[in-house]
Amino acid sequence: MESGNFWLYLLVMFGVTYLIRVLPFVVFHKKIENKYARSFLAYIPYTVLGAMTFPAVLYATGSTVTAVAGVAAAFFAAYRGKGLFTVAVCASATAFAVGLFL
Amino acid sequence: MEQFLQGMKDGSPIGIGYFSVSFTFGLAAVASGLSWWESLLVSMMNLTSAGQFAGITVMAAAGSYLELAVSQFVINLRYALMSISLSQKVDSRFGAAKKLILGFANTDEIFAVAMSREGEVGSRYFCGLAVLPYLGWTLGTLAGAVCGNILPRQVSDALGLAIYGMFIAIVVPAAKKDSRILKMVLLAVALSCCIYYVPMFQHISGGFSIIICAVAASAAGALFFPIEEEA
Repeated sequence: MESGNFWLYLLVMFGVTYLIRVLPFVVFHKKIENKYARSFLAYIPYTVLGAMTFPAVLYATGSTVTAVAGVAAAFFAAYRGKGLFTVAVCASATAFAVGLFL
Repeated sequence: MEQFLQGMKDGSPIGIGYFSVSFTFGLAAVASGLSWWESLLVSMMNLTSAGQFAGITVMAAAGSYLELAVSQFVINLRYALMSISLSQKVDSRFGAAKKLILGFANTDEIFAVAMSREGEVGSRYFCGLAVLPYLGWTLGTLAGAVCGNILPRQVSDALGLAIYGMFIAIVVPAAKKDSRILKMVLLAVALSCCIYYVPMFQHISGGFSIIICAVAASAAGALFFPIEEEA
């Protein structure tokens, strides 16, 4: 890859990603009063993560069987109230262990 | 300082999770033709998983700058929604200058943890929250780019689940506590599966699909189950 190209690619990526995150954060400084708008924004983190996880997670390991096993372990650990790291480790470790038997 | 340390504590699992995810990014980036320091720079300046993976794909194919910009815009548009949400959650001393710097660190997981905190979010807490994920993300990329090819295939495959494990760990407790969130998450998942599996919708890109699903489900939630003011 040409080095000049890389810097422009990097600049474009950074510019778009930075502005998309920071502009709305800086522009909205008043509290939004509208109940529906507030509710909409309160739902956003969870619906985003839900849509990002399914169905993509089923194909994250290259094997649906290990992925399903890992997801099941993650749900179990999360339901039991485990933290982010523990749940992530449970998912990966289970997928790895199941993969050994395939 | 206490706030900062509390933030660091809450951010530590994200940092470790990011290390494993960005490790796979480092692997993929080097495999697609970037050098180790180019991979590292991409991670240092973007701090986003889906966008970076899409970015190196465009770079490897020597795609146009416009294509790169549009793909980043679509995939990362969800951050605009999150930043609006976050702007409602931060306290009044979180000024514009701090927002210009710290807003950069508003990733899916940092956002979700900040939002699930009781009360308002201060800049010190948010800064602490962002430190370890940033380190984890950049160091993981470096490790993956430099020594990734010695890792057995089964290990790197299994590591691919780590990021989703973190997503599940954020959503499940909230859904358990509030059935309205559970319903709307299930709706978003159903929509996402529809877009993925129904042939008619298959030309919709992954990033755009996330936006459609999240906006539709959150709008339905706001309309049918508005959340009353807690404070």
